[in-house]
Amino acid sequence: MIPESYDVAVLGGGNAALCAALVAADRGARVVVLERAPREFRGGNSRHVRNIRCMHAVPTDVLTDAYTEDEFMADVLRVTGGITNETLARMMIRASADATRRMNRFGVRFQPSLRGTLHLGRTNAFFLGGGKALMNSAYAHAGRLGVRVIYNAEVVGLTMRDARFESATVRTPDGEATFQAKAVVLAAGGFESNLEWLADIWGEAAKNFIVRGTPYNTGTVLRLMLDAGAEPVGDPTQCHAVAIDARAPKFDGGIVTRLDSLPLGIVVNKYGDRFYDEGEDYWPKRYAIWGRLVAQQPDQIAYSIVDSKVVHRFIPSVFPPIVAASIRELAASIDVPTGTLAATVERFNSAVRPGTFDHQALDDCRTEGLVPNKTHWAQRLDTPPFLAYPLRPGITFTYLGVKVDERARVVMKGGGVAENIFAAGEIMAGNILGRGYVAGVGMTIGTVFGEIAGKGAAGG
Amino acid sequence: MAETPGAATLRKAEHEMVVCNACRYCEAYCPVFQAMEQRVTFSSGDLTYLANLCHNCGECLYACQYAPPHEFGIDVPHTLSTLRVESYESFAWPSFAAVAFRRPWIATIAALAVGVLASATAARTLRVRDADFYRVIPHDTMVLLFGIIGLFAVAAMAIGHRRFTALADPKGPRRSEGAGRSGQATADALTLKHLHATGEDCVDAEETRRPWRRWMHHCTFYGFALCFASTTVAAIYHLLLGWIAPYAYTSVPVVLGTLGGAGLLIGPVGLFLVDRSRDPQLTDASERSLGSAFLALLFLTSLTGLILLVLREKPYMPTLLVIHLAIVFALFITLPYGKFVHGIYRAAALAKFRREESL
Repeated sequence: MIPESYDVAVLGGGNAALCAALVAADRGARVVVLERAPREFRGGNSRHVRNIRCMHAVPTDVLTDAYTEDEFMADVLRVTGGITNETLARMMIRASADATRRMNRFGVRFQPSLRGTLHLGRTNAFFLGGGKALMNSAYAHAGRLGVRVIYNAEVVGLTMRDARFESATVRTPDGEATFQAKAVVLAAGGFESNLEWLADIWGEAAKNFIVRGTPYNTGTVLRLMLDAGAEPVGDPTQCHAVAIDARAPKFDGGIVTRLDSLPLGIVVNKYGDRFYDEGEDYWPKRYAIWGRLVAQQPDQIAYSIVDSKVVHRFIPSVFPPIVAASIRELAASIDVPTGTLAATVERFNSAVRPGTFDHQALDDCRTEGLVPNKTHWAQRLDTPPFLAYPLRPGITFTYLGVKVDERARVVMKGGGVAENIFAAGEIMAGNILGRGYVAGVGMTIGTVFGEIAGKGAAGG
Repeated sequence: MAETPGAATLRKAEHEMVVCNACRYCEAYCPVFQAMEQRVTFSSGDLTYLANLCHNCGECLYACQYAPPHEFGIDVPHTLSTLRVESYESFAWPSFAAVAFRRPWIATIAALAVGVLASATAARTLRVRDADFYRVIPHDTMVLLFGIIGLFAVAAMAIGHRRFTALADPKGPRRSEGAGRSGQATADALTLKHLHATGEDCVDAEETRRPWRRWMHHCTFYGFALCFASTTVAAIYHLLLGWIAPYAYTSVPVVLGTLGGAGLLIGPVGLFLVDRSRDPQLTDASERSLGSAFLALLFLTSLTGLILLVLREKPYMPTLLVIHLAIVFALFITLPYGKFVHGIYRAAALAKFRREESL
């Protein structure tokens, strides 16, 4: 079969991939997008996202107040503990200033700034309808620009010569096909949906992980590229995981499987013991550590337990709570040793100090003399019925990626640069986020590096 | 207490609202999601309210990460469409007439048959030389016939509205409520605000936003309103001023009726075509056929009315009049049992939304 030939081949079909494809096509390049998912599930993890973090000096149509470069940089430094490439990070932050307007040109729509989840309205612009709507707009624009999109196309091979990309081979339901291109953009995500790869790192525990996003991020392109000599970046043994409802589907459960009840009650493991301060900080700031905490518990399971006083204080879960009239009954229904759980709750209740409950503030409701103590929002569990939600680690993304330079070109081992191989999105996010996460920055990375990669791949 | 809509549909709608409430990505699209966020649980009344608040603009289906084939299978526009029609049935008075919502074409044909019978019976003669309609059917007979079915239709719809309120809006409007809120709700209804609430038009298919559905609805609604105004002015002429029909082509009733008639030719055809070209996944088939049957009656009413106007001097005018009045009769008698009622429940839901928003 004669290989098809393009100016730019984009491997992947999420936001970073489409940003690259649209920018390249806008500059006149002939572009093919090779998306592994079927059309219905296109868009990688971008189909599950909500917003993009953007710096801005003055309020805009979609962002309130101001969010400076230095403040954004400080947030990146804080969450990564300094494991970031500051040059790349600052370049990205500066480019984020006009990102929403550039996306508008591609037909992407945002919520007006005074609507919705206001506590993020200053730092993050919200896609109208969320990430799937974003991807629909981007694909529609790709159609208008004549970008060829091939769904169900899994990349199984990359042909390179002296760190120069020549072609990509894909497996589709119709058989294998080869696509030649003058340049390639790697935007195929991480490896968080590859259960075998996860098991190589975390062993048996990995089988109890739930993948919050797309099942198509199996890291094939990442693996091929690392094997071809790309310089890795990011901790290969780390992933971003949050505690989600254990009843979530194995893949693609997205946002609705999250649980917000944790800081309002106690969290116990399968033996009925508490293991961490549930009231350490505001939930949005802490929910990312609970994935790891639950992953470290036996059988990677835990239970959030609240009483009926606080039921209306958290966003209702999509799964019904397990309800019982007493703690002992509750223990029986979640298969936790009755005596231990009853004793845990009794100890907790008697350790609660008097205080004024305020779930909007770091209040003075705390326990004393427990290991671990609960430092805020500690109220006695005394109002039946009692509710339990089972928890599992929900993996969002992995940190391992390929190193890139300021033009989004892949850096090879030994320091050379692959002149026609660009990377964008999660596959290179480790350059900015060596670890940690702050809401919406994944989309900033995907958008900005997608645009840089698309521009570079189209010839600069 | 009215019977609640189908339990299976309610369960499906409740499941979908629970998923939506945990997601909330669609909150900037329309009031359905904003009203949903005010709730933690969803009673049949809540769900009926949300179903009737939905304009079926369709954005939330394409934006949904959980839409089929995802295993959660969320399709809010379609589910609320099904629930809407079931709620119309449950509010119908008398209750046995609810069957009309399930068999709209049979109901329409039956109503036409009764209409032909009624107007043929009322006709004294089919031989008249001038344009004097009242020589075919005397004025008082016409007033009596349409007065009775008009009053009946109004009564049936008022009872339906009360049943809706009892289920979906039990606290109802408060006396203290300012005129401002109901004024806003009326404006929301009259401008079809929520068919372009995001600043762009509603969708016919993924990423396909077109203004036609709104414009054709405006043609239909305002066409209907102009025809109603024409009849009202004619009644004033006749009863108060003693000016007897036929009126000149340049008279107020004829001008209003002609403009309204034009709207009722263009609007229904347009809406029918829009409905046919829209993604069928957005709307329940029962709601589509309900709409088509109503559009057909509106179109025929207007068409026969305009033909009658143009050919009123012709010898076969009496036959045309009998046909026209038969269609008008069918339109009136099916008003409480067809698509028309969506306006009543939508307006009530919009008023409730504006009221909740002000709390």
